[in-house]
Amino acid sequence: MNADLVVDVQGLNKHFGPRHVVKDFSLQVRRGEIFGFLGPNGSGKTTSIRMLCGLLTPDSGSGTCLGHDVIRETASIKREVGYMTQRFSLWEDLTIAENLDFVARMYGMRLRRKVVDDAIDALGLGSRRNQLAGSLSGGWKQRMALAACMLHQPKLLLLDEPTAGVDPKARRDFWEEIHKLAATGISVLVSTHYMDEAERCHRLAYIAYGALLTSGTVDEVVAQQALATWTVSGPDLPQLQVALEKLGGVADVTQFGNALHVTGTDADALDRATAALRASGPQRWERSTATLEDVFIHLMRDTKDNYQ
Amino acid sequence: MNGRRFSWSRWVSIVIKEFIQLKRDRLTFGMIVGIPVIQVLLFGFAINSDPKSLPTAVVSLDNGRYTRTIVSALKNTNYFRFVHEAASMAEADEMIERGKVQFVVTIPAGFERALVRGDRPQLLIEADATDPSATGPALAAVNLALTTALAHDLQGVTGDLAGGSSAVDVRIQRRYNPEGITAYNIVPGLLGVILTMTMVLMTGLAMTRERERGTFENLLATPALPVEVMTGKIIPYILIGLIQVTLALLAASYVFSVPIEGSLVLLYAVVLVFIAANLTLGITFSSIARNQLQAMQMTFFFFLPSILLSGFMFPFRGMPEWAQVIGSLLPLTHFLVLVRGILLKGATLPELYSSIWPILAFMGAILLLGLKFYRKTLD
Repeated sequence: MNADLVVDVQGLNKHFGPRHVVKDFSLQVRRGEIFGFLGPNGSGKTTSIRMLCGLLTPDSGSGTCLGHDVIRETASIKREVGYMTQRFSLWEDLTIAENLDFVARMYGMRLRRKVVDDAIDALGLGSRRNQLAGSLSGGWKQRMALAACMLHQPKLLLLDEPTAGVDPKARRDFWEEIHKLAATGISVLVSTHYMDEAERCHRLAYIAYGALLTSGTVDEVVAQQALATWTVSGPDLPQLQVALEKLGGVADVTQFGNALHVTGTDADALDRATAALRASGPQRWERSTATLEDVFIHLMRDTKDNYQ
Repeated sequence: MNGRRFSWSRWVSIVIKEFIQLKRDRLTFGMIVGIPVIQVLLFGFAINSDPKSLPTAVVSLDNGRYTRTIVSALKNTNYFRFVHEAASMAEADEMIERGKVQFVVTIPAGFERALVRGDRPQLLIEADATDPSATGPALAAVNLALTTALAHDLQGVTGDLAGGSSAVDVRIQRRYNPEGITAYNIVPGLLGVILTMTMVLMTGLAMTRERERGTFENLLATPALPVEVMTGKIIPYILIGLIQVTLALLAASYVFSVPIEGSLVLLYAVVLVFIAANLTLGITFSSIARNQLQAMQMTFFFFLPSILLSGFMFPFRGMPEWAQVIGSLLPLTHFLVLVRGILLKGATLPELYSSIWPILAFMGAILLLGLKFYRKTLD
């Protein structure tokens, strides 16, 4: 076992009834790394995270989380991992202080009062400590949830879509906080749908329909797919999109604001297919490099085709 | 203007949507069909406010032909079913105290001689009157039945006595509740009904609430063990149950003057067993139910037979055999025997064992079921 890997699992499988939710899932996360976990809705991200933190037992597979066996030593894992659920899961009918105090007790924290007081001060909620958690806004709930799962000083944070439904400013603050934590040596596994958040991660993995499709740094992931891309701007883009989608050699056509991204897996084939339209149309065509979003949309369509 | 008018098509689509959602919720749908069909059939046949064939013991200290006449006359009313011939009054006494029999008929020594002589001998009928509605009709039928039967038998032997309504002096003793006060029966019974209702419902909701709000996942992510979660969540409700019992007892004693003959410590011990059984059921309901509404429906489905078949509302012994079998599965049935036994009869532990173990057995069975479902919800 590599001592530098906080998560090291191979071949995890999970079924819910007849559905094979996670297929042969393997993942390595290094110490102090922010690892982004991407994939469409229902792709098995939450199930994978729950298997890592001991909430679910894999049907098969093996591996370790913080050096503990993911099948046999779930109790030890729970004690050293901080897990933030997708939905706000603290008690809305308890106050901020009561919630944090309860969590601290669950982990048997020594100097509980001090730990809780420090956490509340760090949150900047000192004056509102006796306010019910349910009355907090979405952004504050998310910050409080992060504070709650940091109380017992975990070495690994598992964050399941932590920024869903949170405004951009709160999202940015949240990520700054995550980077600060990572700088102190805490490892973070975070699932997200946002491309800007994905680009803030040290490394990424993309999962779809229960299977891990690609992983690596942002540049590696983009390079691996080797997509050729044109960016088209100008008039009549919707009509152009319809025309382009009919062409062989064009994999995806996606609208980004006032421009179209036209991608293909084979650069020559893409160029040949679009030659006529490039020459005749009133639009401006520019070669561009594929963005992470282009790659993900491509991956998503590709796998969908394979599974349908 | 148009938007403010009642739209039939909007209205119809709301009705249709409601029906679709009802159809999807299988349990609710089952309850809609199940409650009327099962409960109406069940209770329609089971409930009988004029209970017949009540178990009776006879102590016969004078074995003559008139003794047989008396026994068969009582038997012919259909109210009395002679199940035991006790050798002594002490033995019969114990049977009535344990609730094995509803009546004890004692025929004193020298009965026959006195009867023939026209001395109007005494005939003692003791009734367990903790539930006056169970014994009332039977006792009302005694005098007429005896007069008719004896008149026939005595004819020719002692002609002058024939037809007299007073050949025997029937002494009826309503034990444990001599004045036949209904409150003596109902108020202790309410104790059990209140506990069943609140304990099952509150624990049922407590667990499903966590699941519905998503906080259960948070609890599971902490190092807390299932047994810690389960038992920890139960404790407050045990306290609530004890407070309810205390309040109900105070009201019973001071407002309704219900006697407290037995030991209060024993009563609270029995209450704890009963609370535990109901909490186990509540927790199990919450493991099976997907939301709070379903947990509530399950509680009511259990609550109805508990009230109607336990002997709380209608005499237990008045129900047909099969209904008594169902009734004796319910903890409330046994709790009623226990609480009436302790409060009204002053019963002690040895007399109560036979009503305690069914509650424990119920709890054990439900616990096994609950554990099975609890594991499932984790994965």
